[in-house]
Amino acid sequence: MGELNFKAVNVKSLAKNFGKVKQGGGGSGGGVAALGGLSFEVDRGEIFGVIGPDGAGKTTLFRILTTLLLPDSGEARVMGFDTVKDYREIRKIAGYMPGRFSLYQDLTVEENLKIFATLFNTTIEENYHLIRDIYEHLEPFKKRRAGALSGGMKQKLALSCALIHKPEVLFLDEPTTGIDPVSRKELWEMLRRLKKQGITIIVSTPYMDEASLCDRIALMQDGKFLRCDTPSAIIASFGKNLFSVKGDKMGAMLEGLRRVEGVSSCFAFGNSHHITAEKDNGTKSSLTVTSLKAHLESAGFTDVEVTEAEPTVEDCFMELLSK
Amino acid sequence: MRAFRIFVQKEFFHIMRDRWTTLILLVLPILMIILFGFGITTEIRNTKFAVYEPSGDHTTRAIVNKLESSEYFILERYIKSEDEIEQLFRQGKTGFAVVFGKEQILLVADGTDPNTASILTNYATTLINSYLQESAPTATDAASRAITPEIRLLYNPTLKSAYNIVPGIMGMILMLICALMTSVSIAREKELGTMEVLLVSPMKPYLIILSKIVPYFTISVINYITILLLSVFVLKVPIAGSLVLLSGVSLLFIIVSLLIGIMISSLVDKQIVALLISGMLLMMPAVFLSGLMFPIESMPQVLQWFSHILPVKWFIIAVRNVMIKGLGFSSIIREVLILTGMGIAILIVSVKKFKYRLE
Repeated sequence: MGELNFKAVNVKSLAKNFGKVKQGGGGSGGGVAALGGLSFEVDRGEIFGVIGPDGAGKTTLFRILTTLLLPDSGEARVMGFDTVKDYREIRKIAGYMPGRFSLYQDLTVEENLKIFATLFNTTIEENYHLIRDIYEHLEPFKKRRAGALSGGMKQKLALSCALIHKPEVLFLDEPTTGIDPVSRKELWEMLRRLKKQGITIIVSTPYMDEASLCDRIALMQDGKFLRCDTPSAIIASFGKNLFSVKGDKMGAMLEGLRRVEGVSSCFAFGNSHHITAEKDNGTKSSLTVTSLKAHLESAGFTDVEVTEAEPTVEDCFMELLSK
Repeated sequence: MRAFRIFVQKEFFHIMRDRWTTLILLVLPILMIILFGFGITTEIRNTKFAVYEPSGDHTTRAIVNKLESSEYFILERYIKSEDEIEQLFRQGKTGFAVVFGKEQILLVADGTDPNTASILTNYATTLINSYLQESAPTATDAASRAITPEIRLLYNPTLKSAYNIVPGIMGMILMLICALMTSVSIAREKELGTMEVLLVSPMKPYLIILSKIVPYFTISVINYITILLLSVFVLKVPIAGSLVLLSGVSLLFIIVSLLIGIMISSLVDKQIVALLISGMLLMMPAVFLSGLMFPIESMPQVLQWFSHILPVKWFIIAVRNVMIKGLGFSSIIREVLILTGMGIAILIVSVKKFKYRLE
């Protein structure tokens, strides 16, 4: 178990290559993306978010941490155990919920839960307190076959199954992908409660808006971490002015904005465009709300609405990507 | 142990919740026995035949009678010359003729279908020889009208094809249930991603596999009993040898087939691939090369060599020896040793190839 104050997860220059590298292979769809030398730590009792688009390598990372794949080089430790040498120990203390629904669709909710409790030599009764909050929602359907549940219900059942043995570390691979916003919110509330019980949670998601719900996040792209810090620290380091622009011809405007002097990047953000500009240091090219609006109106755009915006994790991610 | 029990139960749930699977697993053997036992048959009945008998004595009449009274032949008519045979064959109504010469009896069959022709001559030869032996106890008398070649059909005196089919069907069904179903059910866990979750647990992977075997083992035993009951009571094929020995060999074959299923599933990740491998690489050759439909001896040499690597071939030989011929253990030592050897080899490969991870 290494030193006494080991981290929940400790990864050193972890790399993994598959025979043929698949570009944007879709993490949850079973496609495999490579990892290019990751190093990070996760503290015990932390919610650590791995955020990145499909094909960034999230699933590959999770599979290495859960001992399902072997790294090509580097090492990974979970609760002090090596994922290669001590895989048996990790399999006892880890809870794993894969990206796609991996329960038995032809068995009932209750049977599924019983099987996973049995798998870890425990019973539903023994650890019921852990899953009560989640399982309450499922209790009325416990005789229903898992395949007949809604997406949100399936995820709750999968989470219950991953929790039933009171794991020390919980690995959730895109638990909120493909489920409705209400269920998403509920699921995150559950994760906060589990954190209070002392369970370390490592969760991946393609949704940037979920970043602020994590204690620390890693922004992942092409098998590498672009940044790894608390969400507020990442936002604080944004270091540029950010404007939100709306208008009538959004498509054409994106092009128009890129030609404006002083705009360093411009991308679609929901139903508006986000523009970043170098911090105001008194030079002519510095942009302000008024100068930006004037630029656009002189270029023939109407209904232009420009506001200063607070940077979000997504802005930081786009900024990091553009470098 | 509790975990193992619950996992076996889970596997039974998988099978029983899918009504088609249950139905196929339990009804298939019955269907195959009935289909092969009655429908697809190599027996030939009611063939019309012509007779040319220039001398026309007591013996020739008796032989014609004997042929006519069997279920295989119907007398079409007497003809006046040998040349008429060809005409009759051309019309297609008659497929067989008996010509009584001075010294010998000539059997003429329509050779356009060589299989039928050879079976018909076999029938007729058997019938005529048995008549001659009955009526002419003295050797000289019998020799005067001997038919050559003399063929004695051992073990299956009336050429009942069911005798041939029961061991074959037994081999096919057991192979199908054990190898195919096991490999598909393990591949399904991989394909649906449940294997991923099962692996990230303290449960020993071999226990997971073992728990998947138990239900198919049980179903195989049920099918084995069904096939035996059907063949004895419906097809009237008796168990000539020791039932214990027959069951012992069958258990050995079931285990070998289960191991094949595990080996296939450890090599593939998709149900469809498992299905194709067990279906195309095991079942098809099993049907064609095991001697179930065509005699192995009449196959090209290369295919005969290939048939040696099929466990089902040796199983069928062993079942024939014990069940049909009624021979003892000493007659199937070779088959038992070969099957055991194959089982051990497959076990070693499966253990070596077994994945504790996803790769």
